[in-house]
Amino acid sequence: MPPLLEVGGLGKRFGGFVALEGIDLAVDSGERLGLIGPNGSGKSTLVNCLCGALHHDSGNITFDGRAIDSLPAYQRTRLGLARSFQLPKPFRSLNLIDNLRVPLLYTVNARHGARLSDGAISERCMALLDDVGLADKATRLPRDLTQVEMRKLELARAVASAPRLLFADETMAGLSPSEVEEILLVLVRLNEQGLTIVLIEHIMRAVMSFSTRLVVLVAGQKIADGAPQEAIRNPEVERAYLGE
Amino acid sequence: MGTVKFWVASFLAAAAVLGLTRGLIANEYFFFAGYVVLQYIVLATAWNILGGYTGYTNFGVGAFFAVGAYSSVVLHKLTSVPVPVMILVGGLISGILGFGMGYLTLRLKGVFFAIATLALAIVAQTLIVNWDYVGGSRGIYVIRPQQAPLFGSYIQYLYSLMLILVWVSVVIARTIERSRLGLGFNAIRDDEAAAEAGGVPTLRLKLISTSLSGALMGMSGAPLPYYVTYLDPASSFNLSYAVNSVAMPLIGGMSSWPGPVIGAVLLGTIQQLATVTISSALNLLIVGLLLITFVIIAPNGILGLIQARRRARLR
Amino acid sequence: MVSLDLAVNAIVAGLLLGGFYAAVTIGVTISFGMLDIVNIAHPAFIMLGSFVAYIVNSNFGIDPILIGVVMAPVFFLVGMAAYQIYFYAFEQRGEESIQGLAFFFGLLFVGEVALILVFGVDYRFVEAPYIGPSLHFGFVDLPLRMLIPCLVSLLMLGVLQLFLGRTFIGRAILAVSQDRLALQLMAANPSRVKRIAFGISIATASIAGALLIIIQPVEPSIGRDYIGRIFAICVLGGMTSFPGMLAGAMLIGIVESLTATFYGPSWAPAIAFGFLLLTLAIRPAGILGR
Repeated sequence: MPPLLEVGGLGKRFGGFVALEGIDLAVDSGERLGLIGPNGSGKSTLVNCLCGALHHDSGNITFDGRAIDSLPAYQRTRLGLARSFQLPKPFRSLNLIDNLRVPLLYTVNARHGARLSDGAISERCMALLDDVGLADKATRLPRDLTQVEMRKLELARAVASAPRLLFADETMAGLSPSEVEEILLVLVRLNEQGLTIVLIEHIMRAVMSFSTRLVVLVAGQKIADGAPQEAIRNPEVERAYLGE
Repeated sequence: MGTVKFWVASFLAAAAVLGLTRGLIANEYFFFAGYVVLQYIVLATAWNILGGYTGYTNFGVGAFFAVGAYSSVVLHKLTSVPVPVMILVGGLISGILGFGMGYLTLRLKGVFFAIATLALAIVAQTLIVNWDYVGGSRGIYVIRPQQAPLFGSYIQYLYSLMLILVWVSVVIARTIERSRLGLGFNAIRDDEAAAEAGGVPTLRLKLISTSLSGALMGMSGAPLPYYVTYLDPASSFNLSYAVNSVAMPLIGGMSSWPGPVIGAVLLGTIQQLATVTISSALNLLIVGLLLITFVIIAPNGILGLIQARRRARLR
Repeated sequence: MVSLDLAVNAIVAGLLLGGFYAAVTIGVTISFGMLDIVNIAHPAFIMLGSFVAYIVNSNFGIDPILIGVVMAPVFFLVGMAAYQIYFYAFEQRGEESIQGLAFFFGLLFVGEVALILVFGVDYRFVEAPYIGPSLHFGFVDLPLRMLIPCLVSLLMLGVLQLFLGRTFIGRAILAVSQDRLALQLMAANPSRVKRIAFGISIATASIAGALLIIIQPVEPSIGRDYIGRIFAICVLGGMTSFPGMLAGAMLIGIVESLTATFYGPSWAPAIAFGFLLLTLAIRPAGILGR
């Protein structure tokens, strides 16, 4: 079976600064891919390029057999490529249900096939909130949420678009160990339900336990790609994290 | 209340206002002043579609308003068409202007967008000032038709048309609010990147917003030549239209259609009273001061105050 | 056939004008470029500076530039007060940008209308020995009323550049513009630093206003022409760079001057705005980049 996401020779520069160079990547359907690297290594730039928030300068991106290089971000989401943001970006003036209603109306209802009725959409919003344990705050505004709840909302919103692949961008940064566990459980459950997940994280414990494969990015280049235990033992990876 | 019910109810309300005012009020001045207040309701509602709903602040209101007025001047000089047709044409041209503005300013946010709108207004004004066919900087005189199409004076006729425009713009605003389009607008306002990532075609929606907002503004300006009978760029492009269009939704409340209506009726009436009793410059000062005051102490406007009180009572 | 000495004189006038435009823009480079405060009311403060210079000059005959410098501390305090209001109303509450924009827009408008109410719409001018005479180099004219403001403007730029680079407060301001968190860790209060910076930005308006009324007679609504110019120059200059801003100011000055000379002054207001639109469309990072 061909990979769900195929990236060939992806490059991105900002003026004279090379953020990404020659990135090759393949993500199979159902995988749990971990993406790690020191700060500034280009992880977020890679996610932005793949999701369409930034335009890549070179290389190609294929999703589900289709070249998506020229597609704007919203169309990539409709095709099934979703992302959560590193710093949660909720719709501040909308309550939690409406926060989820937006992607439902604009992705699920924008695809071919049966459109959901208003009632069905509301039901699905509540179900999504329930999945992440936010059902009791459904009518509240994002400003009433705690940090970890905002992260969960962010995840729920990404999942609301019924994606095939999810980029979870530093979802657990700054959380306590038990909160990290909470989020991990949600992610594992989503994966078991068929969602391919790329986890971008700094928390090594979480990445190592979650990932079936690990990709390491340093200074805009991929330096390791394989089973987590082996990728970690790669001398270049050690050097990048621990210094010479 | 469902959409269709609202359309009917609001139409009946508008018809009632029309019937009562034209039937009971004999003072011609009421219709002079009333026209202006109604015009501001349309402007404020139109502004709020791009401003309050979508989050993009437009300072170039004068351009859309004046383009509507000047397109009527051109039509008036070329041929003789009824005012409702002029309104539609004015709306179309201003809508295209809005589309163009949206297209040129796609990547701009916040103050850059606002200043770009100001820039476009200045450019538009400069073009009109240098266009002699419509009078250039000297202005142009427009003769009001002798007979009003229906019974009553011509001013009453314009007043009635503007009332219909008010109904149209309010109905459009409310329909948008309750629709997927409105939710998309709000998402763009709250976080454009997140909206785009959530499947919202932000570019397309922004263009719809600027075009619709511009079109309504143009429609509100289209009858102006017949109302003032002397039109010149300095007054039709005046920055006071922008200040009012910002102040009225801000004071009334930007989250929903009643806000601009409340703000426009309040501010418009105050200004009409002030113009008669004190100088018009002082009257503009009052608008500016009210804007600043409200933005500091009641940033969500009168609607916001009402909502806050309702929430406080629930607790 | 384009007349050479007309063109050269237009360019020279444009350079001098550009130098002056830098004085007008420096305040916004600080408040908007560095502090992210959308002070579109800056022209109103400049007009205030012009009219203050007018009152004192016409009543006491004091040199306008001196007035501008002496009044700068007063403007500094006004700026700090304005920032306090802005901070209380907006930055603290984290309100959306529309309210902040509307606040400054309202301020701009109120400023202009207040000036109209007090002074009317007549043009006002100041008297000074250097308004009138010109230096002549061959066919090139250097009107003193433009040369002196240009030099004063460059002097002010230089002083501010030194201040920002060499003094503690100056460097704190630069730090705030780049990284608020770092500043808090340094135990400096960001809002106090920002307040001082905003005060300085308004203080420059006092001097810029005095320079303006030397260059040309003023009336209250002139401020509007400057909104576009100021932001056009700020963006062209890359938002935070002083040299970039100066280059942008001179560019716009030259283009405006050439246009006014060969096409007439009625197109001048559109120039800066047109530039702005072009810059924002093509190169949002400005000529010299960030």
